[in-house]
Amino acid sequence: MGSTPLDVLISDLAKALWETALMSGISLGLALLLGLPLGFLLFLSRRGMLLENRVLNLLGGFATNLVRSLPFVILLILVLPLAKLLTGHTTGPVAASVPLVIACVAFYARLVEVSLSEVDRGVVEAARALGATHWLVVREVLFPEALPGLIRGFTVTAISLIGYSAMAGVVGGGGIGFLAINYGYYRYETGVLIVTVAILIALVQAIQVASDRLAHRHDRRRR
Amino acid sequence: MLELKNIHVRFPAGDHTVDAVRGVSLSVARGEIYGIVGTSGAGKSTLLRTINLLERPTSGQVWIDEREITGLDAESLRAVRLRTGMVFQHFNLAHSRTVEDNIALPLRAAGASEERIRERVTQLLELVELSDKRHAFPGQLSGGQKQRVGIARALANEPPLLLCDEPTSAVDLETTESILDLLAGINARLGVTIVIISHEMAVIKRICHRVAVMQAGEVVEENAAYDLFATPQHALTRELIEKSLNLTLPPRLLEQTKGTLVRLVYRGESAEEPIIAATARQHQIHLNILHGRIEYIAGRPIGILIVSLEGDSRHIADALHHLEIKVAQLEILRHG
Repeated sequence: MGSTPLDVLISDLAKALWETALMSGISLGLALLLGLPLGFLLFLSRRGMLLENRVLNLLGGFATNLVRSLPFVILLILVLPLAKLLTGHTTGPVAASVPLVIACVAFYARLVEVSLSEVDRGVVEAARALGATHWLVVREVLFPEALPGLIRGFTVTAISLIGYSAMAGVVGGGGIGFLAINYGYYRYETGVLIVTVAILIALVQAIQVASDRLAHRHDRRRR
Repeated sequence: MLELKNIHVRFPAGDHTVDAVRGVSLSVARGEIYGIVGTSGAGKSTLLRTINLLERPTSGQVWIDEREITGLDAESLRAVRLRTGMVFQHFNLAHSRTVEDNIALPLRAAGASEERIRERVTQLLELVELSDKRHAFPGQLSGGQKQRVGIARALANEPPLLLCDEPTSAVDLETTESILDLLAGINARLGVTIVIISHEMAVIKRICHRVAVMQAGEVVEENAAYDLFATPQHALTRELIEKSLNLTLPPRLLEQTKGTLVRLVYRGESAEEPIIAATARQHQIHLNILHGRIEYIAGRPIGILIVSLEGDSRHIADALHHLEIKVAQLEILRHG
């Protein structure tokens, strides 16, 4: 081929970063928009909770477990028809976002549920005892009390997503992870591999540090 | 004000069921501080929680202000809860919210305007003497301060009824007294009816007007606080009171003392009469005071004495007879 690692990086890195940003943006945005309410629904439909509903809880729980039990590569291929239906494409970062969104929503919903279940039941009970509506309990108690956990869960989701998005290369999703696999692994371009992996490490570190700071700022328990 | 009629609460517990409350009926008058005391596991908390239906009774009725509430729909029940304050053992404050926001919660639930909320929170903070902690977070407060916030929150919507679930069990002794005095003051100044649960007789002694004693899900004795202390009937009540008054004699003293040992309880009105001296003189016996104290129950004194009587057995019998008429309660601990 004759191209040096530098040539590859100059020509493809910007594109790969853009693709990663696009896939992450879509997936995380929808994880927040859909996963957060789904997580609340999973928690609130539990026995003894505000919206106790066994059928809803079982169905929701089953759906999220189903998604999470599939290896991501399998999910990627299974939802190709759905991606085609929704985006009109079967390849490219937008089409690859469909399985990523599904995985992220299910993943984040479970983490939201876990964070909510760690909120002191007594506080929820006190709010109910004093006449708070369900909405007020969610807004004034559950959400603020669980916020540090919700932030941390979102970070875990974001970091997992970067890993998943590398696999999106299978359907031509592109992205920085794909660059690492394609050039660094399949073409033995060690230089590209090192640079892309370094970028991935830096990215994950940056997300983690930012998230820890944000979560800490909203955590009043240890002050 | 409040009436519980034949309340039963049955929990499923694995393959069997537990009867936490078995057929409790009681009524609380307006303006009263009503205590429910008993050992842990007696069903006190469960019973208290049926009053605002945090726990639904398996059977029985709850009447608040001449209205039966177990049959109410969700929105009407919420309206009842807005008018019923509740204070918890572990405060149950939202840690992520400031003191102001915690107190504002019931006001928001009642749909108060932000202006009204600010104004009311100011009043409540003054009431519980925490005006300088308005913007603090619960994590920055001591246990006693947290409970004061809990009390302010419970009183936000000016409820005529306040339920207290072991409000002093998680704070130290000194704080306990200040919390109890705060509750007594709220009762006296604002006329709030209070139902308070405790396993400590000291709490009951300090502020309650009437008391129910619970054991194994049942009320075994109920009386005005003063009469309950002066003339306890049930064995559990006696045990609780004895523990609280710390009236057990050291075993060594018990061995060394001769004669008949008697415990006398006398009420405020007879405390001024020189009963002991008069009895000893009239019946020609030796009367020795081994232990004694005066307790104030709801502000009225009760005297408790342990005395030994020595002398001619016929004289002692006469003396005991004489004493029995004069005192509220006479119990022979040991015959001479």
